[in-house]
Amino acid sequence: MLTYTIRRLLLAIPTLLFIALVIFLLLELSPGDPMAQMPMSIPPEVKERMREALGLDQPWWVRFYLWLYQFFVVEPQYWIDGLFGTDLAEGAQRIISFQSKSPVFDIIAERIPQTLWVVGMSYVVGVLIALPIGIASAYYQYSWFDQIGTFISMVGFSVPTFFTGVLLIVVFSVNLGWFPSIYDTTLVVDSWASLGQQIKQMAMPVFVLALYNAAQISRFMRASMLDNLGQDYVRTARAKGMREKVVVLRHVLRNSMIPVVTVIALGVPQVFGGAIITEQVFKVNGLGQLLILAVQGNDIPMVMTLTFIFAVLIVLFNLIADVLYGLLDPRIRYD
Amino acid sequence: MPDTVKPILSVEGLQTVFNTRKGEIHAVNHVDFDLRAGELLGVVGESGSGKSVTMMSLLKLLPMPPAEVRNGRAMFDGRDLLQLSDDELRTVRGGEIGFVFQDPMTSLNPVFTVGFQIMEPLRTHMGLSKRDAKKRAQELLELVGIPDAARRLDDYPHQFSGGMRQRVMIAIALACDPKVLIADEPTTALDVTIQAQILELMKDLRDRLGMAVIWITHDLGVIAGIADRVMVMYGGQVVEHAPVKELFRNPQHPYTKALLKTVPSLSGERAKRLTVIEGQPPILSSAPNACSFRDRCPHAMPRCGTENPARYGIGNGHDAACFLVEPEVAHV
Ligand SMILES: Nc1ncnc2c1ncn2[C@@H]1O[C@H](COP(=O)(O)OP(=O)(O)OP(=O)(O)O)[C@@H](O)[C@H]1O
Ligand code: SF4
Ligand SMILES: [Mg+2]
Repeated sequence: MLTYTIRRLLLAIPTLLFIALVIFLLLELSPGDPMAQMPMSIPPEVKERMREALGLDQPWWVRFYLWLYQFFVVEPQYWIDGLFGTDLAEGAQRIISFQSKSPVFDIIAERIPQTLWVVGMSYVVGVLIALPIGIASAYYQYSWFDQIGTFISMVGFSVPTFFTGVLLIVVFSVNLGWFPSIYDTTLVVDSWASLGQQIKQMAMPVFVLALYNAAQISRFMRASMLDNLGQDYVRTARAKGMREKVVVLRHVLRNSMIPVVTVIALGVPQVFGGAIITEQVFKVNGLGQLLILAVQGNDIPMVMTLTFIFAVLIVLFNLIADVLYGLLDPRIRYD
Repeated sequence: MPDTVKPILSVEGLQTVFNTRKGEIHAVNHVDFDLRAGELLGVVGESGSGKSVTMMSLLKLLPMPPAEVRNGRAMFDGRDLLQLSDDELRTVRGGEIGFVFQDPMTSLNPVFTVGFQIMEPLRTHMGLSKRDAKKRAQELLELVGIPDAARRLDDYPHQFSGGMRQRVMIAIALACDPKVLIADEPTTALDVTIQAQILELMKDLRDRLGMAVIWITHDLGVIAGIADRVMVMYGGQVVEHAPVKELFRNPQHPYTKALLKTVPSLSGERAKRLTVIEGQPPILSSAPNACSFRDRCPHAMPRCGTENPARYGIGNGHDAACFLVEPEVAHV
């Protein structure tokens, strides 16, 4: 298993380099000029010098190499320096946002907590409600509980989050006034009152995303449980005189979790992608919103870096899913 | 074995129906049989004759729905198995009646070690500690002839061959010293040598542990070698029943006769599959109101199409469900 993991990690390096190249070239080919939003009054030669300052006069491969170097060498150096007070970076050039002229990673670091709080929490909540619902729906297949569960997950699955989000805002913020419609990032949680406020402002975005995630995962859980409930080994467990709770929650669940855990792991990076819309709706200034604004502003280093981080997450969680599969299923042998 | 011995298990009027989308399937119709302590009862019949469903009905091991045990009694130890509460039934399952299923490849849970799966009933029914259960699990694996048992406890089912898995299944069924072992074609999926080994093992275990065994099989050769009594099933009913020697010497039901013709010799070769009898098995869409074998029976007469023959006794503990053996008709 360990050798397998190491082999997969090594294999991930060329994969990621290739992904980086593709993203870079796509951005390179896309129309749009970071200078486009500059006032028309700036003389062309000044503009030219500004382009040089941003490094835009260099050929693409030089800029690609520079970005790679900054991403994989310079930024980790700054990160270590920040942690241990060393000076590995020696003032090397960091990846700088065109828009804000500050280091991309500093901005990302500012935004991550919001995204993790809202999006991460909603994924956890989604999974936690999806699993028991999936299990119960399968065990009581076609019961009213299963029917209602099926209906709600159909709704959660097919109604886009920007619709549910806006609907919730209209009902609970505008009409009832129970929850704020805008997520206040500046809120500092230092007292019970502010914690209450934080929970209040998180409630709706978390609910919207959790509903969406839970809809998908509970369906998977249900299908996987149904697959296993009909297996011969379930009958063996009953013939041994095991209680229904043991039969279902030990024998069946342990088998059913194998594919579901994979799906959950694979879904983690997608959550960051899916959050883009929800973050827009609730004005949560997390990573998703950051990406949207960067795209609108032709902020190529920011778009490049964020997209690449999403790619890394996808590759990483693919690996995690495979490793988990191997750990959960004794029949799988990777080595 | 004398008829006077009190049966340990006594089934009467068992009727099991599957409620499917296409209508009812009457898989088991008015089945009666007894099992005595220490006895080995063989059950034969072609595929679909209701052997498995009959035995699984006793412990409610069928998927319900679609299955429904509509009628019958199954007296075991002074209690009717079919009326037990779920809790009572659980103590019988695995504790007093062990079950070995038809397919060893899928009957074990793939994600738990074999040791864990043997220890489960030990801990549930006998309340053994983890250490004691492990010790007993190892003894059981040794009992069913698995070499290097101590080490193999930690292996997963996929690390065992089919024959080994069937031995593990037998070990699980035997774990709590059951009074009755129901073995549903425990050797059909295995090759001949392994089959012979398991047969020997069963004979040996029965003699040593003194439990009663119900042995379901397609294979009359196996029955001849191992059973005390035989019950022949057809179309969800018992069509003939007799002590083993009596049955082979003096078969009465046309179906049994046809079956025996497919066995080349009793002592020598293995029996062929029973599917060589011409014609189709009966359709079980309603409770039988005619002899279910009539379409394939060379002796069928008009009465066979309008009336379902009862099981007529002919002495020596032998009975058959055919109008040919009905006392008055037989004397004509
Ligand atoms: N889950 C089910 N749903 C509907 N019908 C079923 C179901 N299980 C069994 N049956 C029907 O019950 C009848 C008896 O089946 P059973 O499994 O007892 O046969 P069998 O004698 O054990 O055959 P085999 O030798 O192939 O194991 C068959 O006609 C089968 O179609
Ligand atoms: S009752 Fe009739 S059809 Fe049935 S086996 Fe006897 S003779 Fe044949
Ligand atoms: Mg069967």
